Amino acid sequence: MTNPIGDIGGADFILAIGTNTTESHPVIGLQVKKAVRNGATLVVVDPRRTEVAGLAHHHLQLKSGTDIALLNGLANVIISEGLVNKEFVDTRTEGFEALKEAVAKYTPEYVAEITGISPGVIREVARGYATAKNATILYTMGLTQHICGTDNVLAVANLAMLCGHIGKPNSGVNPLRGQNNVQGACDMGALPNVLTGYQSVTLEDVRSRFAAAWGVSELPAKPGLTVGEMIEAAARGEIKGMYIMGENPVLSDPDADHVIHALEKLDFLVVQDIFMTETARLADVVLPAASFAEKDGTFTNTERRVQRVRKAIEPLGEAKPDWQIICLVATAMGYPMQYGSPAEIMEEIARLTPSYGGISYQRLESRSLVWPCPAPDHPGTPILHVGKFARGLGKFHPVEYVPPAELPDEEYPLILNTGRRHFHYHTGTMTLRTGALEEYYGREHLEINPADARSLGIADGDRVRVVSRRGQVEVTARVVDTVPPGVVFTSFHFPEVAINKLTNTARDPVARIPELKVCAVRVEKIA
Amino acid sequence: MAEVTLTIDGRQVTVPAGTTVLDAARSAGIFIPTLCHDPELTPWGGCRLCVVEIEGMRNLPASCVTTATNGMVVHTASPAVVEARKTIIELLLANHPEDCLTCGRNGDCRLQDYAYLYGVREAGFVGERHHYPLEEDNPFIIRDLNKCILCGKCVRACAEIQGKNVVDFAYRGFNTKITPAMDTSLSGSDCVFCGNCVAVCPVGALQEKGLRAAARTWEVKKVRTTCPYCGTGCTFDLNVKDGRVVGVTSCDGEVNGRALCVKGRFGYGFIHHPDRLTKPLIKRSGVFEEASWEEAINLVAEKLGSIKKEYGSAALGVLSSARCTNEENYLMSKFTRVVLGTNNIDHCARL
Amino acid sequence: MANVTLTIDGQKVTVPAGTTVLDAARSAGIFIPTLCHDPAIPGFGACRLCIVEIPGMRNLPASCVTTVAEGMVVHTASEAVIEARRTIIDLLLANHPQDCLTCEKNGDCRLQDYAFMYGVRQTSFHGERKNHPLDDSNPYIIRDQNKCILCGKCVRTCQAVPGRSVIDFGYRGFNTRVVTAMDVPLGESDCVYCARCVAVCPVGALTYKPMAGKGRTWEMQKKSVTCTFCESGCTFELNIRDGKVIGITAKEPGPGRPLCLKGRLGLELLYVEKPMTPMLKKDGQFVPVSWAEALGLEGLVDRMKEVEGQP
Repeated sequence: MTNPIGDIGGADFILAIGTNTTESHPVIGLQVKKAVRNGATLVVVDPRRTEVAGLAHHHLQLKSGTDIALLNGLANVIISEGLVNKEFVDTRTEGFEALKEAVAKYTPEYVAEITGISPGVIREVARGYATAKNATILYTMGLTQHICGTDNVLAVANLAMLCGHIGKPNSGVNPLRGQNNVQGACDMGALPNVLTGYQSVTLEDVRSRFAAAWGVSELPAKPGLTVGEMIEAAARGEIKGMYIMGENPVLSDPDADHVIHALEKLDFLVVQDIFMTETARLADVVLPAASFAEKDGTFTNTERRVQRVRKAIEPLGEAKPDWQIICLVATAMGYPMQYGSPAEIMEEIARLTPSYGGISYQRLESRSLVWPCPAPDHPGTPILHVGKFARGLGKFHPVEYVPPAELPDEEYPLILNTGRRHFHYHTGTMTLRTGALEEYYGREHLEINPADARSLGIADGDRVRVVSRRGQVEVTARVVDTVPPGVVFTSFHFPEVAINKLTNTARDPVARIPELKVCAVRVEKIA
Repeated sequence: MAEVTLTIDGRQVTVPAGTTVLDAARSAGIFIPTLCHDPELTPWGGCRLCVVEIEGMRNLPASCVTTATNGMVVHTASPAVVEARKTIIELLLANHPEDCLTCGRNGDCRLQDYAYLYGVREAGFVGERHHYPLEEDNPFIIRDLNKCILCGKCVRACAEIQGKNVVDFAYRGFNTKITPAMDTSLSGSDCVFCGNCVAVCPVGALQEKGLRAAARTWEVKKVRTTCPYCGTGCTFDLNVKDGRVVGVTSCDGEVNGRALCVKGRFGYGFIHHPDRLTKPLIKRSGVFEEASWEEAINLVAEKLGSIKKEYGSAALGVLSSARCTNEENYLMSKFTRVVLGTNNIDHCARL
Repeated sequence: MANVTLTIDGQKVTVPAGTTVLDAARSAGIFIPTLCHDPAIPGFGACRLCIVEIPGMRNLPASCVTTVAEGMVVHTASEAVIEARRTIIDLLLANHPQDCLTCEKNGDCRLQDYAFMYGVRQTSFHGERKNHPLDDSNPYIIRDQNKCILCGKCVRTCQAVPGRSVIDFGYRGFNTRVVTAMDVPLGESDCVYCARCVAVCPVGALTYKPMAGKGRTWEMQKKSVTCTFCESGCTFELNIRDGKVIGITAKEPGPGRPLCLKGRLGLELLYVEKPMTPMLKKDGQFVPVSWAEALGLEGLVDRMKEVEGQP
C-alpha cells in the first residue's frame, strides 16, 4: 500500500476493485465503512454483489476480466472532460500523451459493450474520482489474478497519477495483501529475482555485497523460477528436489491434479509445516514447525508495517521454530548457520537491507515501524511517493484490454470465480481446526444465479458437479442472486471442495500470477 | 483552539473548549468511574455513574456529557456524589445475578470493581428479576442478558466500530433488552462474530465462549502479538494459562485499535489441535514413520546435497512462506542462495 | 521402606508403603481437589472433596485418609467421583454467601476454584442459612463464620502451636462452628494474631483486616521477605498493588517458633513521606528546629562550612 490503513477512513472517494474487503480483510473493511459513514462515496467493482458492494453508491458489476477496459474508460472520461490534475501530471509524471492516445478509443460507450456497465455510470464514477479531494483505490486478487494482472495494476496507477491521488494522505494505490506476511516474504527476498529489499540478483554489486556478508565467494546470478514455473519444471523432471516451508500448493495453486503429479515426480520432497497438509502428504520427510504462538519474530503487514510476533508458549511436542530448522539443515549441509535469537537475524537483515536499515527489536518493542526506514533515528515512511516517485517521474504505462485466457463456450458455458469466505482462511489448514470457525461454517457451497440454476434444473441445496477442462469437484449448490448470471463462485478453503483442481494455470507474463478468477466450467446436477 | 479553565476537586485544570468534564478530570489524573462511556464511541450518558457535583447546577450532571466551561467548579467525590454512585450500583445489582463465583468475567468486571470500590456488598433492593435463557447456540459468543446493565456499548460498537448495526435496544422499561432485529439469537442475525461487542462489554453479559470457560481472568498471562491470518496485521493479546493458549483478547493495536475479526479473535484453536505435527516424519515404503530430529535433518541434508551434486543447483527449488516470519523468510532465502546455490525460491504471493 | 505399586487413572504409580492415595496421585502429577487437607496437618478426611473410586471398596473413600495397597486400582475422575464432588460443592454453596462480588478472597478461594472447575454455577438446595455477625473485634483478623466451610484447618493449625489451641469446634449439627473458649470474640480470647489460621483458610472465613478494601487478590503482586525482628527468620509475603505495599501476610513459620505479630506491623513506616521535624524545648515551649541543632552539631556544621572552599 502507498498509504496506511488508517488513511482509508479519511478518504472522500473510495474505488474498490476486486476486493471483498469486509470478508477478506474485515478490519480494513471497518475503515471503508467509517469513510462511508463520514460521507465518502464508495464505488465497488466486482462481478459479485458482496457485502461491501451492498454499501456502495455505485456497484459496477462488470463482466469478469474486463477491468482494463473499465479503467481505461475512466481515464478516457477524465481526459476528455478536462478533469486531469494538470499540475501533478506536468510536474510529477511523464508519458501522458501516450496514455491519452491509448485510452482515446475507450469511450464510455465502447467500454460499456465490453464490461456491461452503462456509459452514464462510467462517466459519473470518473468525475467522482477525479474531483474528489482525496480519493483512494483499493484492490486485491480480484484485480491481479488475471493473465493481465500486471496491466490491471498499471491501469490503476495511471488513474491515480492522472488525478494526482497519490503521494498525499487519504489517497493512493492500495493493494490489500491477503496473507499475514506476504509483504515480508517479498521484502526478505523469498522471490526468484531479488534479494532483501528488492535488490536484484542480476546486479553484480548487490551480489558481491551479499556474498561478502554471507561469507561465500559468489551467489547465483540468474533469476530463478517462480512457484508455477517450479511446478512445471518438476513435472518435466528438471527439478528433482524441493523444500517447501509453510505452503500448501496442492490446494492453493491452479490445476491441483497437475501440482500433485509434479510433486510426486520429485526425487525428494521435504515439507516443513504445522499440520499434515495435502502437500505434506506427498513429502519424503515432514518436519514439524512451531506455530506463530510458539516463536519470536516479525511480520510485515500490507501497509509495510513491521510488527513483533511474540512467543507465548513453548513449541508443541518436538516441534521447532522454522528459523531453527533452517539453521539445522544449513549446518548439516556444511554451512554453519547459528543465531541466538530472531533479534540477531533482524540485525543482519537491517545491515543488508536499506529499507529495513533502521529496524531493530529494540525499537519494535515500543511501537511498529513502516518501511522505508533506513536509519535507527528514521521514523518510518507511512506514505510513499510524497513529492517524488522512486524512479523520479511517474511514468504512465498505456495498457490494452485483453480478454481472459479461457472464456465460456458451449461445452463449458459458465465462468468460475474463486475467493475467500469470512469465516475461513486460505487452504483451511488452520481455520478448519479451530473448534469454532468450522463448527459455524463447516461446509462449502457453490453460489449460482437463479437464472442459471433454473435452466440447469438445480434447486438450492442440490449436490452438483462442477467440471472444467482440468478437473471436477462435487459441492452443494446455493442459489443466490449475489452472483450474476453466467458466473458461479466458491472458495478454495475446503479440501473436499478442492476448487483449484478446476482453475486455469494461464499466467500473467510478468508477475506470473495465475488467472484464478476466471475459467470456464459447466455445472451438472448429481442425480 | 480556545481553552477553558475550571476547578476540579480544588485543582485548576485547563482544557480545550468543548472538552467534557469527564475528559478534563481524567486529563488531570482525577478518577471518575464510568460504565457506558468509551472514548471511541459516541457519548451516551446512560449509566449515570460518572455523576459529579457542579456548583450552581441542578442535580448531579453526568460528567461524560457535560461540557467544561470557564470558571466551572466541579466536585468528583463529594458525599452527595458518592452516595448517588452507591445507589446506582445498588440498583444495578438489584437485577444482576450474584454469580461472580463462576462468572467468566469475575476479576475483569467494571460493576464488580465499582461495587468493591464503593463498598456495596449487596443490592439493598428486592424485586422482580430477569430470567432470560442463556444464549450459547454459536461457538464464539455467550450472551447472558441477565447480566446486561443496558449500557449500550455493544450497540454503539456494532454501529460505530463494526458498522453492522446488528443489535439495538428493544422493548420498554423493565423489559428493555439488547437484541438483533426481530429478537432472534445472534446466530439467526447478520452478526459476523467479530466479537468487538464482547471487547467493550463492561460486565459478563457478553463473553468469549472458549476463553471464559477455560480460565479465570486472573489466571491468564497476556502476550501481545500480531495476528497470523490476513495481511492487515492486527495486534492482539494471546491469553495463556498453564502453557496453553486459551483465548485472544483485544488490546489497543496500532492498526486495529480494539477491533478484530472472527478469525483473529476466535480462530486460535488450531494451535493446540491434536492434528499438530509434533515429531519429524520420514516416509518409508509409502508410510510415514516417526524419526529423531538428527535422523530427519541428516536425511534432508544428504538428499538435497546429492541432488545438487548429481544434477546441479538448478534441479532444486524452494517454496518459502507468506505465513512465516521475516527472519525465517530471510534465512530461507539465504539458505537457498548460499547452500543450495540457486535462485529458485518463491512463495505464494500470487495466490 | 517397602514400596507398593498401584494404578491411578491407568497410570502405574510406585510409592512407599503407608502413603495416602492422595499423595500417591499427586506424586504422579494427577490432580485431586482438597479443601480440608494440608500437608503440614494431614489426615482429617472431613471435606470429602478428595474422594476417589477404588473398585472393591464400598462407597467412594477420601483419598487423603486412604492408604495405598499393592495392586490397588484408583479412578480419580470417574463419572461417580465427579458427580459426588459436584454434589459436595453444591451442598457447601447451599450455605455460603454469594458475595464473591466484594469478598476479599475472590480470586484466591478454593471453593470458588472448584465450583468453576466442576461447573457448579449455583446451589440447587434451598434451606436455612447461617446468619452470624461478623467478628471484627480485633485489629488484625476478620472472621466471617457465614463463609466457614468447617474444614477445621484453622483449628488444627492453632493446635499445632504449642500452648495455643485458642479455637475449636463448638455446638452441634447445623449450628457447628469454630469458636474460642466460651465463644467470645477473638478480640477477647487468648489469640495472639499469629494469623496462621488466616494463611490456611481456603475460603473467605478468615481474612486480614488491615488489607480489607485495599485491593483484589488478582491485583496483588506477592514478594517473599524474611522477617528481621528476631533470629527465627519467619517468611512473610509483601502484597504489592500498583507498586505500593498494602499488606503483609503470613507464610511459613520459622523453625521451632510461631509467626508472631511483630513482623507484620510497622508497615506504615514504609510510607512516612517526611519524618517529623525535631522539636527542642526553648523557654518551656517545644519549637521545631533542624536536625543539626537537635543533635547539637551546629557548631561542627558551621565550622565545616567555614573550612569548605579554603585551600
